[in-house]
Amino acid sequence: MSGNDDIAHIEEELPLQELPLDGWHRAKGARMVGFAGYHMPIQYEGIMAEHGWTREHAGLFDVSHMGQLTFSGEGVDEALEHLLPSDIKGLKPFRQRYSMLLDEEGGILDDLMVSRLGDGAFDGAAIYMVVNGATKYDDIGWMIEHLPDEVVMNHMDEQALLALQGPEAGEALASLIPETADLLFMQSGLFAWRGVPLWISRSGYTGEDGFEISVPAGNAGLLADALCESPQVKPIGLGARDSLRLEAGLPLYGHDLTPAVSTIGADLGFAIQKRRREEGGFIGHARVMKELADGPGSRRVGLRIEGRLPAREGAAIYAGDVRVGQVTSGGFAPTVGAPIAMGWVSLPHAGLDEALEIEVRGKRIAATVAAMPFVPHRYRRKA
Amino acid sequence: MSRYFTDEHEWIDVEGEIATVGITDYAQEQLGDIVFVELPAEGTSFEKGDDAAVVESVKAASDVYAPISGEVVETNSALEDEPALVNSDAEEDGWFFKLRIADASELEGLMNEAAYRKFVASL
Repeated sequence: MSGNDDIAHIEEELPLQELPLDGWHRAKGARMVGFAGYHMPIQYEGIMAEHGWTREHAGLFDVSHMGQLTFSGEGVDEALEHLLPSDIKGLKPFRQRYSMLLDEEGGILDDLMVSRLGDGAFDGAAIYMVVNGATKYDDIGWMIEHLPDEVVMNHMDEQALLALQGPEAGEALASLIPETADLLFMQSGLFAWRGVPLWISRSGYTGEDGFEISVPAGNAGLLADALCESPQVKPIGLGARDSLRLEAGLPLYGHDLTPAVSTIGADLGFAIQKRRREEGGFIGHARVMKELADGPGSRRVGLRIEGRLPAREGAAIYAGDVRVGQVTSGGFAPTVGAPIAMGWVSLPHAGLDEALEIEVRGKRIAATVAAMPFVPHRYRRKA
Repeated sequence: MSRYFTDEHEWIDVEGEIATVGITDYAQEQLGDIVFVELPAEGTSFEKGDDAAVVESVKAASDVYAPISGEVVETNSALEDEPALVNSDAEEDGWFFKLRIADASELEGLMNEAAYRKFVASL
């Protein structure tokens, strides 16, 4: 047999590195694979079971491969507004926003979360950012090149990052840190657990309620153990993380988003607030304005697939004989109970309910452009 | 009946001129949750090593090769409705297809059960 497991892609150029919880995962029976340059757990008991557990209870994900950065110094907001298309000046303390780094042509270099710090977290820095693991060193290089000398960027590679996700995540975390119960979606704060400072945001990558917890690497194992003591919490691997985010309609950088595609085509225009669209002043603004006016050439869409055969990344999408796009993520969706996909389709064929075909191993399978998310988000917002 | 194994983690039961082919328990464990199995059409002839079937797990598609040459005489239709049968019973009810053996000498280089278990333990 031969596999072409995309998430388990082994990077052979460089030796894989160990993350702080490496031994913890192995002790829990994880199957480890190379991902983003690290040994990472792809699954423990199985992707389907872990996916279902997260949708019904709470899953603990180790996402310490992601890049955690802080920014401080005079003019930090202005400097970041040059790099990011989002409203940073209007970002209040303890609030988080989804944003991205764009290149000069408006192509997407990475997508990320940006928050304004407070309460002296991370040595009193102003802004906290989480970027993708596979792109973090490129991001850092890009930002060093484009940030003024007055702004200090710090890569906190001594911090681990855990995500606790699922409808019982709130209860499980509140059993350790009662004050976290007050957080709403995209809010964050500095908390203490057994004297350990934790920066916690209510956000995630599954479509469920949940949290992302930045913890000093030396304390990550104790925190993971304490969370898993709750009968509601089990460790979950990267495999289920991918199927959960796909059902939630959330794009995966390097697959659904690349430097070849734009924010508006990616349906991520919500990350560019009105003032930023009007005033510009960020790298890639011209492309955004052009596509807002004229429409993008193609769009990121959801695809529902007829039958049981999954369409995977790279599969060609057709309208009749004409190739109109390509699948960028796809697989079996455990909660939906059928294969689903995300792909880029040329604008005339990207409308909701458009009937298309996807070619899988020489066969055409029927697919329909579908609204995303495939599974409704259950974020904890204001009542 | 004799059972043979390949280093591609397939098993072959031979009864007269018919070989039943499946993947091993080790293979299904490595693949994880199986959601679809694409089987060859009856009447298809394979040379040893040809792509014969595809197993789709939640994460990935994996090819299954014809372990020996032959013509497909039957496929396991139970896998159409219940691909997870490969996970729950890989080495019995989760069989893939039956071949009419073209060249019995191809069986000679294959492993027996004890040799295969030893091979897996060494991985």
